Amino acid sequence: MSYCVNIKRMNEILKELQKEYKIYAPVRFEKRGRYSDTDLIRYAEINSIEDVVYDEKSDFSPKEVIYPITQRLFYFTEDEYMESKVDDKKILILARPCDINGFRRLDTIFLKNGGTEDIYYKRLREKVKFILMECKKGGWDSCFCVSMGSNKTDDYSLAIRFDSDNILVEIKDNEFTGLFANEKEVEFTPEFVTSNPTKVNIPEIDSYELLKKIYDLDMWKSYNSRCISCGACTAVCITCSCFTTLDVTYTENGKVGERRRVQASCMHEDFTTMAGGLSFRKTAGERMRFRTLHKIYDYKLRFKDEHMCVGCGRCDERCPELISFPATINRLYDEVEKLKKAETIKKDIRQTASIEEVK
Amino acid sequence: MSGNIMLPTPHKIIDIIRETENEYTFRIETIAKVKHGQFFQVSLPKVGEAPISVSAMGDGWVELTIRKVGKVTNEIFNLKPGDKIFMRGPYGNPFPLDDFKGKDLVIIAGGTGVSPVRSLLKYFYEHPDEIHSLYFIAGFKDEKSILFKEDLSNFRKRFNTIYTLDKDKIEGFEVGFVTEHIQKIPFNNFENYNVVIVGPPVMMHFAALECLKKGVTEDKIWLSFERKMSCGVGKCGHCKINETYVCLEGPVFNYTKAKNLLD
Ligand SMILES: Cc1cc2nc3c(=O)[nH]c(=O)nc-3n(C[C@H](O)[C@H](O)[C@H](O)COP(=O)(O)OP(=O)(O)OC[C@H]3O[C@@H](n4cnc5c(N)ncnc54)[C@H](O)[C@@H]3O)c2cc1C
Ligand code: SF4
Ligand code: SF4
Ligand code: FES
Repeated sequence: MSYCVNIKRMNEILKELQKEYKIYAPVRFEKRGRYSDTDLIRYAEINSIEDVVYDEKSDFSPKEVIYPITQRLFYFTEDEYMESKVDDKKILILARPCDINGFRRLDTIFLKNGGTEDIYYKRLREKVKFILMECKKGGWDSCFCVSMGSNKTDDYSLAIRFDSDNILVEIKDNEFTGLFANEKEVEFTPEFVTSNPTKVNIPEIDSYELLKKIYDLDMWKSYNSRCISCGACTAVCITCSCFTTLDVTYTENGKVGERRRVQASCMHEDFTTMAGGLSFRKTAGERMRFRTLHKIYDYKLRFKDEHMCVGCGRCDERCPELISFPATINRLYDEVEKLKKAETIKKDIRQTASIEEVK
Repeated sequence: MSGNIMLPTPHKIIDIIRETENEYTFRIETIAKVKHGQFFQVSLPKVGEAPISVSAMGDGWVELTIRKVGKVTNEIFNLKPGDKIFMRGPYGNPFPLDDFKGKDLVIIAGGTGVSPVRSLLKYFYEHPDEIHSLYFIAGFKDEKSILFKEDLSNFRKRFNTIYTLDKDKIEGFEVGFVTEHIQKIPFNNFENYNVVIVGPPVMMHFAALECLKKGVTEDKIWLSFERKMSCGVGKCGHCKINETYVCLEGPVFNYTKAKNLLD
């Protein structure tokens, strides 16, 4: 069922929903952007529908709502750990299709990998329902969701389209039907982007020998000087899930405090550093190779269904060095094609040679 | 509160044995069922957590041999018997003990790498009938860094042992790297055997190559990996190599798998 609701009425409905839900959406933070006089668009709780920034792409992903940058795991005293608590309210997130698909990747790591469930993720994730937010026609310049197959989703409770004075709402989840009983019924189903200006070709890595050659490619070295290992790309990524744990005490010499987890980045220099200073991916290029292959190769190899990257393009927009991730993928694709071609030529030569021998 | 894999629980320290200046063995009360080669996430409130291998196990206790290198381990060295330490685990993929039984076993360990194989050695020391033969090569940097002195001299009695120091010359120890002694293992006489190699990455690499040169097949070699870890249960991403998580599919790997792990 779909309805047309005016802004005033939509705000009343939001108020009604807020009795049970915290509602999150992309919100504008004025003058907090990357450059002077630019704004930052980031997920936050909203109080009215006018708070929602629907016609621009958000700089950060909605993952922070349930996987915050720092998160309290438990409190401790000298001899006891106590699990932290969460708010009782349920959660509604206004999200784009790529992000809703991105949450599925986070679910895989936090709820399935290793056969155990992470309760800190689970206890918030269970509360989440999505309100699908349509994208701009054709998406934004840096999006490549179509190439990644994450431009569509039917995992939502409500879908909305913002019009000048009205909001179109599709209701898929019966829990919300009552709220819209008196509204005008209309024909509306959300539209999805079906083509992006940015496209990527994902290399088909079909053998270990090829993978080994990819590790040795010169292209990675070019990131040694360009990438500053800041981790901005992973911080905004809907699918990046890595963290480090950290203990903090409340007072100097304090006996009480908390253990937190803090989002970590495989792009940071110390991500693999162990006691004794031994480190496994020492250069920016090696770390770029790791991140790239994780997003478009080995996550899929492990979990089978889909690549990790959903093509939201946020990493591109955040990189202070203007390193483009789709360009990196396409560059790798070209290199892999070259490697494969060289391999067939070698085979051809061998075949011709053996034919010669037979003669 | 059950089901929270990140939540450590308090355990009592029964005893502390001083191995070297910077390495102590902590005997800790626990009813956890542990397999040889597994590790615990050991933690202290206010300080943090670190993965530590089990170096021995018994009825109601485990031993952890810890090297003082940083935040958590420094603080652990201030603890006394009777104090509490926090742990969660055991985690990780162990050595395939049942596969080793009744066959010949070669264990090659370097430095603190002796710690994760010590429980395995102790097991066969106490069950000598369960192993056909056991060759143990252990290498330490110098006299000061020799671990488990009492165990080492016991092992001499039941196993074929070669102990070496990189430079120092002392009685009962050869001089040189462990890799130089692999040629003394009579692989030709073995019918069915396994090789376990644990130590710093470079040592494992060259020891494995040396074994392969001697005709050992890849599937007979087992290694134990060390990586930075923050969770131990496949969530934090630190230990990941390619599509493999060392905390889940390791730390013990068969060489056929280990050789394909590209960092
Ligand atoms: C599966 C597994 C099993 C392990 N088993 C054991 C075990 O049985 N016993 C054991 O002692 N350790 C073991 N370790 C290693 C142990 O987890 C690390 O040493 C851990 O970092 C110690 O934690 P920490 O907080 O004390 O050190 P941190 O505070 O994390 O200190 C380590 C950091 O400090 C720096 N650092 C520390 N020491 C030095 C140094 N000497 N030179 C240069 N830089 C240095 C390094 O940058 C390193 O990142 C194991 C690790 C793994 C993954
Ligand atoms: S890697 Fe970049 S494009 Fe892909 S999901 Fe992450 S932020 Fe989006
Ligand atoms: S944002 Fe750019 S510079 Fe920073 S780590 Fe990522 S790729 Fe490197
Ligand atoms: S230690 Fe966290 S994923 Fe392996």
